[in-house]
Amino acid sequence: MSQYSASAALVPGSSHSSAFQRFLWNFSDTFVVMRRNLYAYQRQPELLVFATIQPVIFLLLFTYVFGGAISFSTGGDYINFLLPGIIIQTILFASANTTVGLSVDLSKGIIDRFRSLPMSRAAVLAGRTSADTLRGLFTVLIMIVAGYIIGFRFEDWGSGIMGLALAVAFGYAVTWISATIGLFVKDPEAAQVAGFIWLFPLTFASSIFVPTQTMTSEWLRTFAENQPVSVIANTVRDLMTGTVNPDEIALSLLWIAGIVAVFLPMAVWRYARVASR
Amino acid sequence: MSNTHSIIAEEVYKHFGSVKALDGVSISGETGKVLGLLGPNGAGKTTLVRILATLLKPDRGNVRVDGIDVLRHKQQVREIIGLAGQYTAVDEILTGRENLVMVSRLYHLPRAQARLRAAELLRQFDLIDAADRPVKTYSGGMRRRLDLAASIVARPNILFLDEPTTGLDPRTRIAMWDTIRTLVSDGATLLLTTQYLEEADELADKIVVLDHGKVIAEGTSDELKANMAADFIDITVANPEDTNKASQLLQVLSSESPHTDERRGSISIAVESGAQSIAEVVRLLDGEAVSIAELNLRRPSLNDVFLSITGEEIVEEEAKPKRRGFGRRSA
Repeated sequence: MSQYSASAALVPGSSHSSAFQRFLWNFSDTFVVMRRNLYAYQRQPELLVFATIQPVIFLLLFTYVFGGAISFSTGGDYINFLLPGIIIQTILFASANTTVGLSVDLSKGIIDRFRSLPMSRAAVLAGRTSADTLRGLFTVLIMIVAGYIIGFRFEDWGSGIMGLALAVAFGYAVTWISATIGLFVKDPEAAQVAGFIWLFPLTFASSIFVPTQTMTSEWLRTFAENQPVSVIANTVRDLMTGTVNPDEIALSLLWIAGIVAVFLPMAVWRYARVASR
Repeated sequence: MSNTHSIIAEEVYKHFGSVKALDGVSISGETGKVLGLLGPNGAGKTTLVRILATLLKPDRGNVRVDGIDVLRHKQQVREIIGLAGQYTAVDEILTGRENLVMVSRLYHLPRAQARLRAAELLRQFDLIDAADRPVKTYSGGMRRRLDLAASIVARPNILFLDEPTTGLDPRTRIAMWDTIRTLVSDGATLLLTTQYLEEADELADKIVVLDHGKVIAEGTSDELKANMAADFIDITVANPEDTNKASQLLQVLSSESPHTDERRGSISIAVESGAQSIAEVVRLLDGEAVSIAELNLRRPSLNDVFLSITGEEIVEEEAKPKRRGFGRRSA
């Protein structure tokens, strides 16, 4: 058996570590928790397979079912309009996973273990949001491959990759909203619904599938044109089709920063409360 | 007192709505010793452990662990405590080894050292063969062992074990006792909660009996049992109408009056030595033609301790309403 107190402490305590060291622990703790969450996808590949098949089916259905009708208003190949939009939709829907995953964790003993450890308070959440963002990136890459097969083309690879990075950054911001929701709902079953429901109006009342000017109701059009999902979708679409508009990019980055600035602290605050009841 | 007592709680109150989970509880655990917290479901045991382990804030009261104020210096306390809860806090999808490496890394051990520590613990807790299998394939006993291993990753000075054997079969429970005994022999201070008198008896140096959020007795196991008989004999008579007659006949065997239940025809008597008295029971009842349906000899239970302290049987109830979506456990 191991030796106890007689030997020097095994663990590098915060009282003996520099502030800088403690700051770095925020990142290493997040990385450790992120790896734990990624293992879950690796061990249950069916989760990943279905999460990937669903958006590909969306892509095919929209392209071939609505493509003919919609391409009148988009003035060109619908696939070039659609794919960037569906990427945003996929990223939004994938974030529901953060809500569910977090509420599952909260209903089990593992959170008590994390909370009894001298680890970073934000790491449990940040490890979850970053793992889910990586998963989102993986799905998006598959979709671009599928898009290429049915005729999508980047106008310019440089701006295309910028668009991809912006989409993933937006996905990261949205996982913090989802995390906050996951910390407010009762149980995993409720989280299934709560994680998705708010995404539908944001996804459909946006420029993801159709140009907003085709919407007939004026207030709906005003909402759709100005809400963040459209702002991001338009910017990503422009970047992927070769247009770099600095104002648009700045507005998108502002939205992303704003969402993180509001929801990250709110999630951390809520986590501390929920977990100490 | 904090030099000799590593675990101190003074006048701790915690209410959940109208339910008083803890109603002014004070306990102190001597350094290097095992303090047993004994009580039925809903007595407030888990609530107290969660407060001591930084997971829950009390409404009122002082809590110190190793001289450190738990409410003020949570992170510092977390570096020196280990906690194994009532529900095993390990990840189902990860393997046993990955769980231990993860916990070691979250204690900020360097990667290589974390791997060494995990291997060492797997060996120590006899989990080598299952080390690289996902935890969801583990048996209940293996999960508890892994949970215990995770709680001592950092070689904590102070260890909280919340009902470590609840739900385990008797053989696994006894193996668990051996494991816990070894941990303590290495010098850690242990707070153990249990519903089983036998367990507190086996492991604890001092026992605190908790009921409805209050300490109702404390002392060594011997002190608690001093005014209790060594053995109990439970008799069920074939004809419940004979209950009172049998009870009167058996009175001579015990210094306490027998507990009877006329409806079920059961009589419970406390005796000095069960082995000697059991023959007497049969002789006395047979002599008056009272036929016996069932006859059992047993050691005193938690219920008997409660009977002798409070004169009341344990009333099982939840001390806390079910909390919203988080940590479904009784206090």
